Amino acid sequence: MREGFIHELRAGISFVNRNFNLTKRYWKWEVVFLLWTIANAVSIGFIGKWTGSFSNVEVNTDYITMYMLLGSILWGYLSVVFEVVSETVSWERWEDTIEYTFMAPVKRVTHLLSVCGYAALYALLRTVFILLVLTLFFDIQLVGANYGAAFLLLVIASFSFMGLGICAAVLPLISPEKGAQMVGIFSSILLMFSGVYYDIGILPTWMQFVAKGSPATYALRGIRNTILEGSSFWTQMDNIWPLVVMSFIFIPVGVILFSKAEAWAKKNGKLKRSG
Amino acid sequence: MTYALEANLICKNFLRKNKKPVKALQDVNLCIPKNTVYGLLGPNGSGKSTFIRIASTLLIPDSGELRILGRDVKTQSNDVKWLINRVSVEASFFRNLSAFENLLFSAGLYGIPRKSAIQRIFEITDRIGLDRKRLNERIRDYSRGMQQKVAIARALITQPPVLLLDEPTTGLDPRAKLEVQELIRIMRERLDVTIVLTTHDMAEAEKMCDKVAIIHNGKVVVDGDPDFLMEQLPQAEQKPTFEDVFLHFTGVDFSEAEKEIVA
Repeated sequence: MREGFIHELRAGISFVNRNFNLTKRYWKWEVVFLLWTIANAVSIGFIGKWTGSFSNVEVNTDYITMYMLLGSILWGYLSVVFEVVSETVSWERWEDTIEYTFMAPVKRVTHLLSVCGYAALYALLRTVFILLVLTLFFDIQLVGANYGAAFLLLVIASFSFMGLGICAAVLPLISPEKGAQMVGIFSSILLMFSGVYYDIGILPTWMQFVAKGSPATYALRGIRNTILEGSSFWTQMDNIWPLVVMSFIFIPVGVILFSKAEAWAKKNGKLKRSG
Repeated sequence: MTYALEANLICKNFLRKNKKPVKALQDVNLCIPKNTVYGLLGPNGSGKSTFIRIASTLLIPDSGELRILGRDVKTQSNDVKWLINRVSVEASFFRNLSAFENLLFSAGLYGIPRKSAIQRIFEITDRIGLDRKRLNERIRDYSRGMQQKVAIARALITQPPVLLLDEPTTGLDPRAKLEVQELIRIMRERLDVTIVLTTHDMAEAEKMCDKVAIIHNGKVVVDGDPDFLMEQLPQAEQKPTFEDVFLHFTGVDFSEAEKEIVA
C-alpha cells in the first residue's frame, strides 16, 4: 500500500491548510473572540492597577498588573492550544465531515499532531497580536525580563497542553452529544486550579494538591519568574521537569486513548454526526 | 476468484437510546464481482447504510468477515482505506470552504501531491460537468445536486477500485437525480471500478444495476441478476417492476415496508 513518510507529511500539511482556510472563512468569529480576549485581558490588567488604590498597605501595583496580565496572556495562549486540539472531533462532527476524515488512509498520530502544530502556530500569532494591543493600554516595561527563557518554557508547556487537548478530544468522540460541553468544563477547571490570576499558595490545601497535576501551574510560574524576575532558564528546572514529564506522558497517552476511543466509536456506531 | 467485495455472515447490532437492541444486519453474505454495478436495494432502515459503513471501515461488525479485494476491513483497515471511497446521502463537506478547497483537502489526505491533485480536480470536474469558475464558491452556496456532484468528484480523485455509493440520489430534484445517475453510468463505462449502489428507489436499481440484492430487516432476502429475479415472479408476462420483486420475496409491500420504518 502507498504508505510512508511523504504521504503522512502531505496529509499533515493538508490538515494545517484546511484549518488555516477554516480560520480564514470564519474570520468574523475570529474577530469576535479576539476582541473578547483583549477586553478580558485589559479588564484584568486594570484590576491589577486598581489594587493600589483600595489598600492602606503599599503594594507594587506595576508588579501586580504585570502578574495579572501575564496570567491572562499565557492562559490565552495555552487555552487556545488546548481548545483547538480538543475541538478536532467536535468541529468535524459539526461540519458532518468526520466519517470522511476517518475513512482516509492517514495515521491518527499524523492527524492529531498536525492539528497540534496548527494550534501552536495560531495561538502564538494570536498572542503576539494581543500583546501588541495591550501595550496601547499599559506601560509595559520589562527591562530585566529573560524573553528567551520564557519562550523556551512556553514551547515546552505547549507540548503538555497539546497532549491534554488530545486527551480531551476523546470526549466528543465517545459522546457525540455531551462531549464538547465536557471539554468546556475541563478547560474551566484547569483555569481555576492552575493559578492563572493568583498564586496557588492561596488555594485550600486540597486544591493546591490538584494544581500540581496541571501543566499550566508550572508554565505560569516558570514564565512569570523569567519575565518578572529575569530568572534564567536553568534556574527554572523545578517548573521545567514536570512540564517535560507531562508532555512525555500526555501526548502518547492521548494518542493511545484516542485510538482506543475511535475503535470503540466504530464498534458502537458513534462516528455519525448525531450518533 | 477474488471478489471486489465479499461478505460472510456479517452481523451488527445496535442499542437504541431506550436500550432496546436493534439487529441492523443478520448473517449477511454477499459476493460482488469486479467491475459491476451492484445494487443493495431495500427500504429505509433495512441495513443498507450499516453495510456500507462496515465496508468503509467506519463500523466494526459484531461478527463475520468483510473483504474488499481480498483485504479484511477489520484487520487490514488501513489497506482497505486505499481501495475504497464513498459517497453518502449527505454530501458532508466543510460548508464554508470552497469546492476546490474541499477537494484539495481530500486529495491531500490520500497523499496526492498538490500539483497532481489540482490537475485531477480539473479533469474530473470537467468530466462531470462542474463549471471551473464555480469551484471557488463556498459549498454552502451550491444546490444539493451540485454538492452531490462534488461528492462524487471527491470520491473519484483518489481513483478507488471500489466505490461505495450510499443513496447518492436521495433528496435530489428529478433533474439533478438524472444527472447523478448519468454520472454513475459514465463512471461504469469509462473507469475500471466496481460500484456498490444502495438505494430505496426501485426504478433506479432497475435502471443502473447489473446485479442486485434485496435487503430487508437486516437480512439479504435474495440476490442475482435483475432479469433473473423478475423471471421468478409468477406474473412475469406483465413486465414486473422491482416493487413486485420486493413483494414476492419479502411478502411485504415496499411502500408499507418504508412506512413501518417511519412508524
